[in-house]
Amino acid sequence: MEAVKLTYPVDGDDPMGAGDASSQMKLTLKKLGLPADLIRRAAICMYEGEINMVLHAGGGTAEVEISLTDITIRMVDHGPGIPDVELAMQEGYSTAGETAREMGFGAGMGLPNMKRYADELEIDTEIGVGTTLTIRLYIPAQV
Amino acid sequence: MTIKHAVYLDEERCRGCTSCIRSCPTEAIRVRNGKAEILSDRCIDCGKCIAVCRCKAIRAKGDDMAVLQAFDYRVALPEPALYGQFPQPVDVDLILSALLEMGFDGVYEVARAAELLAARVSAHDGPTGTPRISAACPTVLRLIRMRFPRLLAQLETPLLPMELAAVLARREACEKTGLPPERVGVFAIVPCSAKRMAAHSPDTFTAPVLDGAFSIRDICRVLPQHMRGLLARGAPLPALRTAGGEGLRCATARTARGGERRLAADGVENVIHLLEALEDGRVPDVDLVALSACACGCQGGCFTVENPHAAYMRLEALADARGRAGEQAGGYDITPLLEHVRPLQSLPSFLLDEDFGAAMEKQRLIQELEGRLPGLHCGSCGAPSCHAFAEDVALGRAREEDCIFQVRAKMQDLSVSGGIDDYLPAPFRRRTVRRG
Repeated sequence: MEAVKLTYPVDGDDPMGAGDASSQMKLTLKKLGLPADLIRRAAICMYEGEINMVLHAGGGTAEVEISLTDITIRMVDHGPGIPDVELAMQEGYSTAGETAREMGFGAGMGLPNMKRYADELEIDTEIGVGTTLTIRLYIPAQV
Repeated sequence: MTIKHAVYLDEERCRGCTSCIRSCPTEAIRVRNGKAEILSDRCIDCGKCIAVCRCKAIRAKGDDMAVLQAFDYRVALPEPALYGQFPQPVDVDLILSALLEMGFDGVYEVARAAELLAARVSAHDGPTGTPRISAACPTVLRLIRMRFPRLLAQLETPLLPMELAAVLARREACEKTGLPPERVGVFAIVPCSAKRMAAHSPDTFTAPVLDGAFSIRDICRVLPQHMRGLLARGAPLPALRTAGGEGLRCATARTARGGERRLAADGVENVIHLLEALEDGRVPDVDLVALSACACGCQGGCFTVENPHAAYMRLEALADARGRAGEQAGGYDITPLLEHVRPLQSLPSFLLDEDFGAAMEKQRLIQELEGRLPGLHCGSCGAPSCHAFAEDVALGRAREEDCIFQVRAKMQDLSVSGGIDDYLPAPFRRRTVRRG
């Protein structure tokens, strides 16, 4: 069966708009009747991805693909790239600026949270070119 | 399962203008054959459509007060929103005394029940690490059941203060008069159609605990004359009020309980936004989230008569003057009652299909269809957006030909001359390049 594809723009200049894409995706996943816990995990991963894009990459695109077996979320940006992925994966590590921290972001939990809630996380990054995060969550068979 | 609604359509007034369809937060209205139609399983009784309808065709009303005649002893259960409806700041005792003057035999403040409920439920913590959700608002409760069922576990109690008030008031009246329960009538005085509906078809009990619900609007037509009469007589008013400031604030969603960190949101869009965040577990560190579907809390209900901001301010002033909590229940333990309350079930009204594979097929069809639609959300088809229309087609509620643009495309295919534009209103004309 062909997959269901959804695409959402993420604006780089609107921190309050981070979460819009994940809310919209959530509603579609609910309409499809997926389990509440899976939807929650997908939404958290996407929200963290959105925040990262807004804080570090000046926005980007969130692409979602739903098949009978999994949800794949691809967060694509053309930002500065991640210089040290291993470091970025550490809890509490953040390169977010002062302003972002004042707004309550930059706790250094974005990527670690994604890792925690996703079944698979792939980071494809190149300095000066951009970053693509591929987040995969498996859909349990009994659905 | 059929869900009843208190909102109704005055067919003669409705001109099918489509103002209402986009105002609905759950996309529950369609215009069909020139008349608005409510999709019953999607409506949350928020009353937004009542406010936006320019023809005043979407309406709601309270119960007819003639029903009072069927009972030997009648108790009024005023919601706190009633107290803010009068232009001058008034004494709650005066309002309650006036209710007795207009024909009720007793009064029981819903605010008092709200306090008892709050004292009882705040003693029980919800799941650790998640804030409890307090919603004395049937619309919010239905919204949670439909769109955020995962949050039902965080709900303090599904019992509405007016329902608790009804049970306690009836018990009190029976003890006082010796009448059997069915001879005692208990009637809420409510700020909105959602509460009237909740009074008639409760989600929490197998049968209604209230005998009816009158609208604040109807009560406010007769109450002021009795209030003036009482003031003119100058006799001292009996102390009827029992609720404290905390109870009064249940109508503002801003009840402050000792030592609790609380977050309040009102207005249905704000509530949805906060529920989205709550669902993902990203809400500031608070103990309790209080939600109300109307702006300014119950003061913004469709049955109120006063400017909601002014009413809100007055209620706050009354609450401040009352101190925190009022008297406690006269020795009643409400625990057994709470155990009687049915937990709320999810209402998956947004589900495309029970079967995941079939739901996927429908979703793909919706997106494919939406791709062919103009994306203007013009409402000509009667649906609030092109996406909602595509969904309607996929679910068999509409036909693709109901879209005027699809019809135009078809007609243009048929007529080589392309002269169809001459017969269409401007927004629907295709800009054509003239040849030669």
